[in-house]
Amino acid sequence: MHPSRALRYALTLLLLPFGNALAAQVQVAVASNFTAPMREIAGRFERDTGHQARLAFGATGKFYAQIRNGAPFEVLLSADDTTPGRLEQEGAAIPGSRFTYAVGRLVLWSPTAGLVQDGPDLLRKGDFRHLAMANPKTAPYGAAALATLEHLGLDDTLRGRLVQGENIAQTHQFVASGNAQLGFIALSQVAKDGRIATGSGWVVPTDIHPAIRQEAVLLTKGQDNPAAKALLDYLAQPQIRALIQSYGYGLE
Amino acid sequence: MPLDSVALAAIWLTFKLASVTTLVLLLIGTPIAWWLARTTSRMKGPIGAVVALPLVLPPTVLGFYLLVAMGPNGFIGQFTQSIGLGTLPFTFAGLVVGSVFYSLPFVVQPLQNAFEAIGERPLEAAATLRAGPWDTFFSVVLPLARPGFITASILGFAHTVGEFGVVLMIGGNIPGQTRVVSVQIYDHVEAMEYAQAHWLAGGMLLFSFLVLLVLYGSRLKQGWRG
Repeated sequence: MHPSRALRYALTLLLLPFGNALAAQVQVAVASNFTAPMREIAGRFERDTGHQARLAFGATGKFYAQIRNGAPFEVLLSADDTTPGRLEQEGAAIPGSRFTYAVGRLVLWSPTAGLVQDGPDLLRKGDFRHLAMANPKTAPYGAAALATLEHLGLDDTLRGRLVQGENIAQTHQFVASGNAQLGFIALSQVAKDGRIATGSGWVVPTDIHPAIRQEAVLLTKGQDNPAAKALLDYLAQPQIRALIQSYGYGLE
Repeated sequence: MPLDSVALAAIWLTFKLASVTTLVLLLIGTPIAWWLARTTSRMKGPIGAVVALPLVLPPTVLGFYLLVAMGPNGFIGQFTQSIGLGTLPFTFAGLVVGSVFYSLPFVVQPLQNAFEAIGERPLEAAATLRAGPWDTFFSVVLPLARPGFITASILGFAHTVGEFGVVLMIGGNIPGQTRVVSVQIYDHVEAMEYAQAHWLAGGMLLFSFLVLLVLYGSRLKQGWRG
């Protein structure tokens, strides 16, 4: 091969990922509870728009600290409705871009089939050694779990048996590995087609804990990225909303 | 007051964990280090490598395996349940077990170096004076390896204080039982309580620096024996 042709060939290979001028990448910070649906949504998003969503999963509070300190995220899918607002006030997010993409459902879950039938009754009997929940100070699902225990008047009696996960994914791991017999986790972690797929659980009624409104927001770093904007639009489309619902979320 | 009761509880727990872990490590690390220093067995390489593993493994690997192994279906968990202890994750005892694995090389390696530096001659001399093996160990080896024991204790203690990943994975963040200082700092950062985080994090920085200062200061004086 002639050297100049080889060079052109190499350059073409290098530039191939940028071949479609309209296709772009977007860096997305995703709350842990939304891991499973977001993986599926990202796949469809790439197929439908050509844009690629690169996902990072973690605790919303940690993402907040990282975004405030210059993390390259362009979209945040938060587990709550306070963090996006705060980022907006502090100039790290674009005003007017946020909306509720999902309403989280809390479930008291055990990997043992048939164990959780009457949730409040099971908690009152207290026939378990450890009850797992996410850290109520930092995770909205943890705060909802604590509110549920307070509503049942059990927060004091069960205090000695509570173990806290750093985020909802770790909380699920504590229960799934059998180290905690029970745990408050996100319905989306164990649901398939809107129903609990493995083990047994009690879906906590939404009127006994504050609503877990999960907001998406466009971050300042993503304001000029068409893929970031496209992803937010995509999340609000009817077929995606139906998909989100199938993971056990509510909608607004 | 910059350090509230929650922070003080975390500091006390960390101190307790590091002290118990260091004691346990000196008890089990000394025979391992002695064997590694004296043996000509072909197992020396593999055992030495296993001891050194925590130096290179991410704490998440150690934490994950410990969580599974100490869980109700793991082999450690089955054993602890059969002797009536229940399972170890989310307990202080569980953290001690995790920390012993995590800090093992920091105690065994300085001891091994100290034992190797003693060499054969003092032991032969003791044998010609008809000292038994235990007598030799306590009257000859221990005094000669003293700097090694000091280094091992300081490193084992300090490294346990600095533990984070393993505790996060098997601790469950229980105040007074498993919420050590490093986890407390992480909590403050995630909850955006940066002032409290600064007090604890700054304290940790100062403590670590002082420990290393003492360690390296004394080593320089002794001309790096140990």
